[in-house]
Amino acid sequence: MKTKAKAKAAASSPMEPDVGRWLLKLYVAGTGSKSVAAFANLKKICEQHVPERYEIEVIDLLLHPQLAKGDQILAVPTLVRRLPSPIRKIIGDLSNTEKVLVGLDIKPITA
Amino acid sequence: MTAKKQKAKSQAASAAVLEKCPTGIRGLDEITAGGLPRGRPSLVCGNAGCGKTILGMEFLLRGAIDYGEPGVFVSFEERSDDLAKNFASLGFDLGSMVKRGLLAVDYIYIERSEIEETGEYDLDGLFIRLAHAIDSIGAKRVVLDTLEALFAGFSNTAILRAELRRLFLWLKERGVTAIITGERGDQSLTRHGLEEYVADCVILLDLRVREQIATRRLRVVKYRGTTHGTDEYPFLIDEQGISILPITSLGLDHEVSNARVSTGIARLDTMLNGEGYYRGSVILVSGTAGSGKSSIAASFAEAACARGERCLYFAFEESPQQIIRNMASIGCNLARWQQKGLLRFHSSRPSLHGLEMHLVTMHKLVMQFQPDIVVIDPISNLNATSSEHEAKSMLIRLIDFLKIRQVTTLMTDLTRGNDVMASSSEEISSLVDTWLRLRDMEHQGERNRGLQILKSRGMPHSNQIREFVLSSQGIDLIDIYLGSAGMVTGTARVTQEAHEKASLKASEQKFAQGLKLYERKKAQLEATIAAMRMEFEATTAEINDAISDEKTRVVAELSDRDRVAASRQADATARPGATGGRGARAKSRP
Repeated sequence: MKTKAKAKAAASSPMEPDVGRWLLKLYVAGTGSKSVAAFANLKKICEQHVPERYEIEVIDLLLHPQLAKGDQILAVPTLVRRLPSPIRKIIGDLSNTEKVLVGLDIKPITA
Repeated sequence: MTAKKQKAKSQAASAAVLEKCPTGIRGLDEITAGGLPRGRPSLVCGNAGCGKTILGMEFLLRGAIDYGEPGVFVSFEERSDDLAKNFASLGFDLGSMVKRGLLAVDYIYIERSEIEETGEYDLDGLFIRLAHAIDSIGAKRVVLDTLEALFAGFSNTAILRAELRRLFLWLKERGVTAIITGERGDQSLTRHGLEEYVADCVILLDLRVREQIATRRLRVVKYRGTTHGTDEYPFLIDEQGISILPITSLGLDHEVSNARVSTGIARLDTMLNGEGYYRGSVILVSGTAGSGKSSIAASFAEAACARGERCLYFAFEESPQQIIRNMASIGCNLARWQQKGLLRFHSSRPSLHGLEMHLVTMHKLVMQFQPDIVVIDPISNLNATSSEHEAKSMLIRLIDFLKIRQVTTLMTDLTRGNDVMASSSEEISSLVDTWLRLRDMEHQGERNRGLQILKSRGMPHSNQIREFVLSSQGIDLIDIYLGSAGMVTGTARVTQEAHEKASLKASEQKFAQGLKLYERKKAQLEATIAAMRMEFEATTAEINDAISDEKTRVVAELSDRDRVAASRQADATARPGATGGRGARAKSRP
């Protein structure tokens, strides 16, 4: 629940035009080390590459098991990019930043 | 004593441990001696299209409906609406079952192209979904179809394998009876070695195509801690689901009957000790083409129907209409029995489907119709679709099944040539109780039919070959003419009979002639006798005449002498009658 509150805080950051908006869902099971690591890694990447233009929703499947069906979640943690379309999924603790960027199709800011 | 007790106790304990979960699938519970291991996962593996999904589906449906155990179906391959259609094809309404809380369906879709992997992960998502589904309806049964799809979805097999192991343990802990399906691999039972996680029960399904005919087979590869049928059992999938035939498990300890049933041919009954076949026995009628096998079968069927028994007629060569028409030509009216519902035909081409399908169809029809007699006409064509060995094994199973039900079975078999031993029927001869053989007898440019009893278990029977004659009055068995010319049948027999008649007449005539001759001779003799008698009488008369003449002459002479004596005045003693007196006087003198 703690992580979810954090995500909401990030979501409420100033809005950019829709073109560059990132809507991300992170599915986790409980608050184990993998869940925490995944959220931390994701937040770091977003802050670095799409600052202020992202929204992360963390869903704890232990609390909401019925939500797993909708996004076809099997593995946790799973990051689902709802926007921009198409939907992309990244599973794992997001420790490999490069792979996450490729998976989310974010062009790294070279500056 | 204590050891015995302990043994009994351990047996009881093991029985308790090995609790089984009936699948409700026809035949499977018999093979596995009660069902799948309760509370444990079982693996069902096989190639694509061999019926894994249907087996899993039926396991859940029967569980929910027959045993009150709700189930969860997790599909990795088919969408829920496709599944619903598949369930509907088995006659179940998936939607209503889900509504009634008997079933939960979860479709898990893995699209590899939209998934990127980075770092550590586990499959808790799957566990959570499964747990959610199980808890939502209180499921006791779970089917995961096909779990191996996971291998396509995740590249990190190390994680995947660890997670699978965890999944099976978890399923055991949950106490659900699970079926996990897996694709058949080249070297192993499953492509990804799922069998190493599932230690308790592995069932292998197989779909083999031979001669363009597919046959499904099921084998229990392993079932830890219990006995189970080890053979390959054919099964089929029809509108009622899966039917497995564990018929090889039938023993040879069926009831036997002393009752007899008529063959429908009076003379054949006579040959079989006057009473016909034993009830519940198996009769084989073998013979070459056109030797009258079907006619014997039809006669038997008609006789049974006439007794009010039920007859099931499997025709593998002719349509029912054709059989009825043809048999009417020998005075066998089968149509009326069909109308009365005592006779049912089932016609199909042997090549229509595999042997097992035929077997199952027969099985089903016998269960449905409950016949007293079954006719299979002919069995030889079944060989065409498979090897002889398979056909024999099928027939064994069929015969056992029918014998247990006390059904009298008549099978016809087409043999090639007149050599019995060369025919395939030799293969099954050990299975049959009564074996009639129809044979061709060629003689003087014509072919005639002969019938012979090769064997008939448990009854004295005729060893004679009879001529088998089909006419519009029906079947007749006629003694074969045995003479100096050997066996004679057909026209030759008729000729022979005519010949005999002629020679009889000739000898009669000859006798009459002889008789006449004697008569004539007798008459002649009589005439001679009469003539002689007349001569005799004439002679007698002559003699009499002579005597009387002499007398007259003597009298006349005497009277003349008297007259002379009188005239001479002689005394009376001078008369001829006085000469004796003179003699007597002379005699009495001394």
